[in-house]
This record gives sequence, structure tokens and C-alpha cells, in this order.
Amino acid sequence: MEDRSFGFRTRALHAGTPPDGETGARALPLHLSTAFVFDSTEHAAELFALRTYGNIYTRIGNPTVAAFEEKLASLEGGLGAIATASGLSAQLITILSLARNGDHIVASANLYGGTVTQFSVTLERMGIETTFVPPGDMDAFRAAIRENTRAAFVETIGNPNGTVADIGALAQIAHAAGVPLILDNTFATPYLCRPIEHGADLVVHSATKFIGGHGTVMGGAIVESGTFPWGAGRHPLLSTPSPGYHGLNFAETFGEYAFLQRARAEVLRDVGASISPMNAWLLVQGLETLAVRMPQHVANARAVAAFLRERDEVAWVSYADLPDSPDRALAQKYLPLGAGAVFTFGLRGGREAGRAFIEALELWSHLANVGDAKSLVIHPASTTHQQLTDEQLRAGGVGPEMVRLSVGLEDAEDLIWDLERGLAAARRVAAAAAHNGASA
Amino acid sequence: MILTTASERRALLDRSRTVAMVGASANHSRPSYFVFSYLRTKGKLEVVPINPAVAEIDGVHAYPSLAAYVADRGAPPDIVDVFRKPGDAPQVVREAIAAGAKSVWFQYGVINDEAIRLADEAGLHVVVDRCIKVESARFDGGLALGGVNTGLLTARRRAR
Repeated sequence: MEDRSFGFRTRALHAGTPPDGETGARALPLHLSTAFVFDSTEHAAELFALRTYGNIYTRIGNPTVAAFEEKLASLEGGLGAIATASGLSAQLITILSLARNGDHIVASANLYGGTVTQFSVTLERMGIETTFVPPGDMDAFRAAIRENTRAAFVETIGNPNGTVADIGALAQIAHAAGVPLILDNTFATPYLCRPIEHGADLVVHSATKFIGGHGTVMGGAIVESGTFPWGAGRHPLLSTPSPGYHGLNFAETFGEYAFLQRARAEVLRDVGASISPMNAWLLVQGLETLAVRMPQHVANARAVAAFLRERDEVAWVSYADLPDSPDRALAQKYLPLGAGAVFTFGLRGGREAGRAFIEALELWSHLANVGDAKSLVIHPASTTHQQLTDEQLRAGGVGPEMVRLSVGLEDAEDLIWDLERGLAAARRVAAAAAHNGASA
Repeated sequence: MILTTASERRALLDRSRTVAMVGASANHSRPSYFVFSYLRTKGKLEVVPINPAVAEIDGVHAYPSLAAYVADRGAPPDIVDVFRKPGDAPQVVREAIAAGAKSVWFQYGVINDEAIRLADEAGLHVVVDRCIKVESARFDGGLALGGVNTGLLTARRRAR
């Protein structure tokens, strides 16, 4: 073995997935086994006490799942990873590993609607309070951090608005207050941005999106940088004796692995939101081609955005890659290879024009997902964000005219052909509304 | 010589047979016990506790000092693994040099510049701020089962 820093594409193919030691199988074996035999009673005791490494039960860990975890951790530049059933469970397990009732987190107001609901409803009911701050407002972010704040949470590329997080500045403020910074890197993927390189402490993913890449499989992951001082006192759940493990002090015993050990051995174990080995196997297939797919997603997104911003039916296009985007400078810093392939635009004619636009499309799939190989479209105000109050909608920057696109891998000219058809339908609705308004 | 790369640590572990663990604890909630228990039950390294306060740990005879280890066994340990306060590290290194040890391994947080310099100047191989359990598991495949980024990458069977 020689010491070499392998490139992203090489790691995407090889990290975590050497040939199988038992059989020589070159592809990753799919271990569809719920449980694993012990070598002896002593071996079992060592495993349950967390003193040795090995497989016990797939709810806690599985060799196929571990291969996905190691590959993703390698691509993000992290210490290790924990795969989960979904992106939402990755977030829940991350927060529950750091905070308990009476604790507090700070989050960007511009987040996926499901995350806002998870924080403001479900975590709130569990006694964990969230302060949402406007994205980019560093003073508000600093001011929101309290004595009992256990973490800060932002999205690398905000859903749906495409705002880009100033990861370095946020990390500096969070670390000055002793708080770890969590980045949801779903829209960027480690191909476009590796938040740990910019100071993030934890990265979460909905692997369901670009990592899986084909709209086939649910999954999530937590990646740990290994650099946050978990034993410094800010996180008693990690640095005081755990009743779930006979008084084990995770920070003292596991050092840099404290978070990974507790999140897996206590929180994943007890929450039970484990990923199927089948799903992890498919996500490994996805990661292998991530660096091939993402540049094409970005190229198509740029072509579509350039088309839309020239159209009269379009009031605005919010894509950080565009030269006049207010997030352009941050995108150039954190997303030099492109600001992803999910962005929003506003139709003139508001809600009715949006409905006509979507219903006229032939090639873009109308559904609530992003990051498929196929192009997707949705109207957030009537779907993903409908549970939010008007106040939360405005705080998240979601208007009734907003359409969100997830640009896929089709031929760009075909995507644009279809969008032209949708815009024509929107134009007719807007014109009819204007006519009716004039005659009334 | 200070070993800073994974391949150097792997080579050290591969050529070593005995580890004297200075500061090994019999208390099951102490980090040193986790490492001791792992090395005792897994892999090929023979681990021997060095602790004047205990007679044995899990049936393995403990020596009060490195000098006592060498006097009884007639040869120094391949690795002296240090589980002590950083301030105690220079004295441990002096004892390791006197005992004829060829390598000294400072566990997580056991960072003392004088101790590192003493060991390096005496020609010992030195590992700093690493865990011998984690590094052993990195190379035998155990760490990968925990979803940890081992940094190892190969298309050869069993080569990791």
C-alpha cells in the first residue's frame, strides 16, 4: 500500500468497495441478512459493549450499508458516515444525538418545507426549540445562538430558492460560540461542494436525490468531519455518562469517533430508521457515476435557466449560477463547478399561470422530488410547502407564482421545447385574465 | 522517527508482536480498557498491562513497570503504548528507552513535545495522537464495518 491522495472519481469507484475478501466478487456483495452470527459468547459481549468492531444486527449496521457509508464519507472528506432510511431521518438522528428536551437549535429560514415542519412541529413537541433566521443574515445568526444551543443547521443550496450558504462565515460564528455547524448538502452533492472543507462539522444528505440519481431509492446519510471538540462541554449527551451504555462517556472513550459511535449505537438503534442494504447497494451504484452525471445536470440547468430568463412570461429566475444572481459570488466560492440543477422561477400571471404551465408540459414530470435523472417540475406553494403558514412561506421566500425545476439528463433542446409549450399555455391564461380584468 | 502516514503505521503494526500498555486500566468504562480488551481478543498482537496498581487484567499478568516487564520476559516489547497524562509522557519515554523498546505509541491526547523529541532522538519509531485499536482495525477491516472512512483503497482482494 502506498500513500496517495486519490481523486474524486477514483474514490467514487473504489473507496469502501474493495473486492470481497471471501469470494473475490468485484461488485459490492448485497448482504440481505438481518443478523450476523457471533464467533463466541466473549465476541458477542465485546460487540455489545462497543469494544470491538463487527456486525450484530442490520438496524445498527450492515456490511453493504457500511460500504455506502465509507464511500460517501470519503467523497465528503469526512471521518465516517451513518446511513439512514431517508434524509429526514438523517437529520432527526443528527439532532437527537446532540440535543434533548430543553435544548435549542438555530436554523436557516430557507429550508426544505419538510425540514421546517420536522424542526418546528416534531422537534418542538419533543422539547427541542428552533430559532429560524433569515439566510445570509450573519448578525441574526450570531444573536440567535444561546447557552443551550446544541447545533446550527443550514442547506448548502437552499430548497427551493437556491440561496447559497456562506459556509465559512457561518462556521466561524458557530465555532466561536462552541456550536457545531450542520450542512444539508443534498442539492450540491459532494461533487459540487464539500462543506467539511469549508468548516462544516456535520453533513447530512437525502441520498434519495442526486446520490441515488435515478428516482428509485430512499436513503439518507450523516457524514461527520471528526474535527468538532465533542468533549468540550457543550454536548452533555456526548460527554457525560450514558445510562444506555452502563455509564459510558462517549467523548472520553471514543475521542473523535464520539458522535459517530453515539449516533449509531444509541440513536439510530433506538429511532430505528435504518436503511435497507438493498437501498444502500443502489446508492453505491449511484455514487459510482455521480461525477459523470452532475456535470450534465449542471450543463442542462444552465441551458434551461438561460432560456427562461430571456422569456417575457418569466418574471424572474432564481439560480445562483446566473451572472446577475445575488448569490453568484457565494456560488463561485463554494460551488465553482456549478450551483446544482434545482432552481426556481416566477411566472407572470401568478397561481393560475403556474397551474396552466405545469399542466401543459409533456416531458417534465410533475411530482414532489428532485435529483432524478429525469426532469421534474413542481409548484411548491400548492404541494411541498402547503403545510407552512403564510408567514413561514414568506420567510422561506416561496411565492404563489414560483415553479421549481429539477433539471435532468435529457437533451437540453427537448427540455426547452417542452418549456416553450408550457410558457405558451401560461401566456394564454395570463392574457385571458388581463382581458377579463379589462372588460369587467 | 515520527510515523505520520497510514502505510508507516501499518508497517509498524505488521512487524510488531508485543505491546506493553502503560496505564492500562481494569475499569471497564475507561478508554484504556476498551483498547486493551480489543487487542487481547482480536488480532495477533499480544498486549501486556503495565500498571503498578493491578496484578492482572482479564487474566493477563500486569507488570508494575517496563523494567519489570523486561526483567521477567528477557526482551523489550515491540511497542510501548502510552495511556498516561501528557505530563507523564517524558518519564514513560525514558523508561521505554532504558527498557530497549523500539517504538512508542502515544494515544489520543497524549501529546508532549519533550516526550516526542526524546523518543525521536533515541531512534524510536513514534506515533502521536492516534489510537492503536483504531489503527489496527483500520488495516484488518473492522473499522470499515462501522462506516468509517479508512482512507484505504485497493482493487486487490484482501490487500487492505
